[in-house]
Amino acid sequence: MKTILSLQQLTKKFGALTAVDHVSFTIEKGHVYGILGPNGSGKSTTLGMVLNVVNKTSGNFYWFDKSYSTHRALKKVGAIIERPNFYPYMTAYQNLALVCKIKEVTEENIDKKLELVGLLERKNDKFSTYSLGMKQRLAIASALLNDPEILILDEPTNGLDPQGIHQIREIIKKIASTGTTILLASHLLDEVEKVCSHVIILRKGKMLYAGSVDKLNASFGYVELKAENHEDLLSIVQNHSWFTAEKVDPENHIITANLTENIAADALNKMFVEKGIFLSHLIKRKESLEEQFLQLTNQ
Amino acid sequence: MLRLLTIELQKIKYSKSAKALLIIYFGLFMFIALIASIKFNLGFVEFHLAEQGIFNFPYIWHFNTYIASFLKIFMAVIIVSMVANEYSNRTLKQNLIDGLSKKEFILSKFYTVILFALASTLFIFLVSFVLGLIFSSYTEFSIIFSDLEYLFAYFIKLVGFFAFCLFLGIWIKRSAFALGFLFVWWIAESIIIGVLKFVIFKDSLIANKISQFLPLESISNLVKQPFTRLNVVQASASQIGADVNWDSSVSILQLLIVCVWTGIFIFLSYKIIKRRDL
Repeated sequence: MKTILSLQQLTKKFGALTAVDHVSFTIEKGHVYGILGPNGSGKSTTLGMVLNVVNKTSGNFYWFDKSYSTHRALKKVGAIIERPNFYPYMTAYQNLALVCKIKEVTEENIDKKLELVGLLERKNDKFSTYSLGMKQRLAIASALLNDPEILILDEPTNGLDPQGIHQIREIIKKIASTGTTILLASHLLDEVEKVCSHVIILRKGKMLYAGSVDKLNASFGYVELKAENHEDLLSIVQNHSWFTAEKVDPENHIITANLTENIAADALNKMFVEKGIFLSHLIKRKESLEEQFLQLTNQ
Repeated sequence: MLRLLTIELQKIKYSKSAKALLIIYFGLFMFIALIASIKFNLGFVEFHLAEQGIFNFPYIWHFNTYIASFLKIFMAVIIVSMVANEYSNRTLKQNLIDGLSKKEFILSKFYTVILFALASTLFIFLVSFVLGLIFSSYTEFSIIFSDLEYLFAYFIKLVGFFAFCLFLGIWIKRSAFALGFLFVWWIAESIIIGVLKFVIFKDSLIANKISQFLPLESISNLVKQPFTRLNVVQASASQIGADVNWDSSVSILQLLIVCVWTGIFIFLSYKIIKRRDL
């Protein structure tokens, strides 16, 4: 697996405050990564360090195989941090042409990328006339100009209206489907859950978890069960080795229990039928990222 | 190098305010020609400035470069704002993320500044050349192309001054404050020179030896005032018995001092931007 970015014990201190505290992780080609954390947890500072705009206090990071200097590596990276930053007096096309010069790529990609984000017909309008959603989409087009090895997005939907959020998500999904490696920082969990295969969780600058979303919580999910003869159902659940930590909702008598093995819903159903119980309600779920995240960050 | 220059020029090309200031700056060069039409009418004596020898070769090189260097304050506005805008639009940050190194960023600004100085020098050469051909009493080839060191000194003077502006813009981040600081600095240097001259040494010769190392003073020393070289002034001065043996030639030491300051300003700009979290 080709390593794109590797962080080793990266640390940033702002005076007495440690914004990023010994963070280490590795980004590999072809995955979609999410950096999760509440506001102020050090997501943007971490990205700022690897993107050459914030100076590290200690630790190390390297891009690709260590031979690249940071600014040379960044020419093969596409990144947007927080807000879209462009020259307000230039048109979209002129702004992107400037980025092409900096990244040393030809300008032939500009129209194609503008079309991808739906701004082609506005390409000759000044940046200052754009709405926030359009600015953000232009930023994505700009980040894609060099067909980057990795796309880094920091809070790409911040401050957008629901339609804008939807548009950005669709674009991200489209890009992810082409196999581009993506690193997405966000405090919006559903955003990360929808597209990411791996997560890095930060809290107060410390890294709590780095790995695949599936392994984040080693549990096998949980089930919700309900049947006519509630007492029998409850006794089976309490005594069967598949279930643990069962709870009963006193109002609607729905039993919730964690699974101890990876059992398919149909196998569950079959087992209950064999014991003479016909379920009127069966839901098998994994904990949502939000629940897992809250568990982790509340520790 | 060409890449860095084209990056910076594109930023300026589309900026209306920068373009307007540039047009005013180069337009004002033309107004030096208007000096030619200055005529005083002192009752019965008519005084025509162009006929007092200010446009004679090679004196014109000295006179015009001195006059033109007053216009550099327009360029100061352009340079300071072209740096400060990178902060306020947060495009400096974006440039770095896009893969420009901090060193390249400073160099792209510095190359542009050199280009401005070069263009100014070329422009003042052309304006002076044409004015000289019209008004000069001597138009022999060897006389026309003597004393050209004033043009070189003018070029170094502009590069030094622009590098100072660049440094202030990068350090202070806001164009208005940076220009204000430039003014404060100028006053501070005047005070230092005054104190050296009248309080500490009570001798302007020693004081000058020290004050020539101050940045703005060294920059202004490159092309010294040309008026005492005028025949009219010399004549009237000798009538009243004043000594006007003022050495206004270009000195190698002054050139060196300004070059060193230019280097220091560019190096400090780089250090500041390297250390700063953006």
